[in-house]
Amino acid sequence: MSDKQKKASAYWRENVRYLFILLAIWFAVSYAAGILFKDALNQIKMGGFELGFWFAQQGSIYVFVVLIFVYVRLMNSLDKKYGYNE
Amino acid sequence: MDVQTWTYLLVGITFTLYIGIAIWSRAGSTNDFYVAGGGVSPLANGMATAADWMSAASFISMAGIISFAGYDGSVYLMGWTGGYVLLALLLAPYLRKFGKFTVPDFIGDRYYSKTARIVAVICALIVSFTYVAGQMRGVGVVFSRFLEVDINTGVIIGMVIVLFYAVLGGMKGITYTQVAQYCVLIFAFMVPAIFISIQMTGNPIPQLGMGSRLNDGSGMYLLDKLNGLSTELGFAEYTDGKKSTIDVFMITLALMVGTAGLPHVIVRFFTVKKVKDARKSAGLALLLIAILYTTAPAVSVFARTNMINTVSNKEYASMPQWFKNWETTGLLAFDDKNGDGKIQYVADATINELTVDRDIMVLANPEIADLPPWVIALVAAGGLAAALSTAAGLLLVISASVSHDLIKKVFVPTISEKGELWAARGAATVAVVIAGYFGINPPGFVAAVVALAFGLAAASFFPAIVLGIFYKRMNKEGAIAGMVIGISLMIFYMLKFKFGIFDGGKEAVANLEKDWWFGISPEGFGSVAMLVNFIVSIVIMKFTPPPPEDVQEIVEDIRIPSGAGEAASH
Repeated sequence: MSDKQKKASAYWRENVRYLFILLAIWFAVSYAAGILFKDALNQIKMGGFELGFWFAQQGSIYVFVVLIFVYVRLMNSLDKKYGYNE
Repeated sequence: MDVQTWTYLLVGITFTLYIGIAIWSRAGSTNDFYVAGGGVSPLANGMATAADWMSAASFISMAGIISFAGYDGSVYLMGWTGGYVLLALLLAPYLRKFGKFTVPDFIGDRYYSKTARIVAVICALIVSFTYVAGQMRGVGVVFSRFLEVDINTGVIIGMVIVLFYAVLGGMKGITYTQVAQYCVLIFAFMVPAIFISIQMTGNPIPQLGMGSRLNDGSGMYLLDKLNGLSTELGFAEYTDGKKSTIDVFMITLALMVGTAGLPHVIVRFFTVKKVKDARKSAGLALLLIAILYTTAPAVSVFARTNMINTVSNKEYASMPQWFKNWETTGLLAFDDKNGDGKIQYVADATINELTVDRDIMVLANPEIADLPPWVIALVAAGGLAAALSTAAGLLLVISASVSHDLIKKVFVPTISEKGELWAARGAATVAVVIAGYFGINPPGFVAAVVALAFGLAAASFFPAIVLGIFYKRMNKEGAIAGMVIGISLMIFYMLKFKFGIFDGGKEAVANLEKDWWFGISPEGFGSVAMLVNFIVSIVIMKFTPPPPEDVQEIVEDIRIPSGAGEAASH
């Protein structure tokens, strides 16, 4: 494998690791908190909201937006680290 | 000024604006026509994507659906936003690097096969047509209620406007009109929501108002009050819902994956300059979408509470003017079953006397809350902006699929750039006419199929694209088999459980519910079909030869963000 290819596959591995972490959070706030464990979380109240319901109709969406911007930042610095930025 | 005058004024101004923009940004080349010249800024693309995405369904229907479904409506909120995370992380950057015009372009090149390309074109056309018919219908409904013209005339006016700027401007014209349409629609959605939130809870931010205490001196939380009202009338608790957990899970997944697989959304990311811009504009798009999507559930709660308070057990004769207005459209109907002159609005269908079409919750909301006429007119202009922007985006996908993927890449490869541009315009015109026809004569199944379009996209495109990027060894045999089996299985399940084709038609559908596989509704079945697509693709791939060297090189190349040139046709 040439140096160029080694660099490319190292970059790709780091990228995929980020994806796993971010998608785990994506799953946790929507499928886990908003659906699977909704009833348990609904026992907790936050102001007028039951927590599970809040995650399903509000919280998950806020987290989604943050996730994409975190991804943008992570990838921008990863691109720089490997010299793929332009 | 009255509502009617305000509506003519606001709709007139916004339409003039869209046409002005279309003339200013005419398309000169196929590159302009398909991907707006490839130089759209991330913010403009984010706004255009948001307008493209938020259709008549998001603007008019969604809050209404949630209003009646309560917690169960969460599937739309999470599904139609969470898909952007998948889009940003798994698809957009790589497809931008790949740098072609359409989704079938990617499928055709990555799987080195005309068959794969044609399968992708057919999937794109099925998904886009079902969707666009619903938009034209939305235009008609808004026109008929607010401008008091016939629904058909409304559809035709909408057709002419879309035709004008989609055919003239292509992607370039559409992009900049969508930027304007986003501004119109978000303003139109937020203003009444803020007014009503202040009225009911004293909190100007609807997202917080929804979880606040009522303003009426009772000191009760709004959601507790609504739960109480709902159970009193025999409905499920608002924050609880009645769908099974597995079904909610599967529907959410199908909508998310379907969102990420919709061709008219994906193609927007071909219009930015760099891979970096594609990622950023996906984030901006979701941020701009989230403004509406986090407000909608608040609107649902306000509207539902307001409506129950206004009608439940009140004298029919004392109903306000909006009630009469909507009765004439047929979207609201009262039938005094027990003859006491009062409105019984309850869950039990044998006693219930009021039928409310869920679409009117957003449109009638400002009237129910007694807001000034200009706010009501604004909602009409916003609904039109939402419907037109989505219709235009879809028409472009249809026209590009025909002129680029079929004519240029399959049937007449020698066609000149000019010829292709005219073919694209011709295809857009034909598509508008067909869409308009369905808008005027909606086949009974349109509404049902629009919801299923996501399942179809999830079952066909998503696995093929993701595997194409993340699995170098994936070959054409696997991808084609996966797409064909995925979409066929989805269509079979739809026909069986949504339309009852094999069991004696529509009437049989309700009885078939107990036979749903694993208790999953047709709306959620896209998730299962997607999994089947993944499994079939991988199994078939194991027994067939790997893709050629040059294709494997393409895959390595799209994984590296630098060096994305302009989108080009070869």
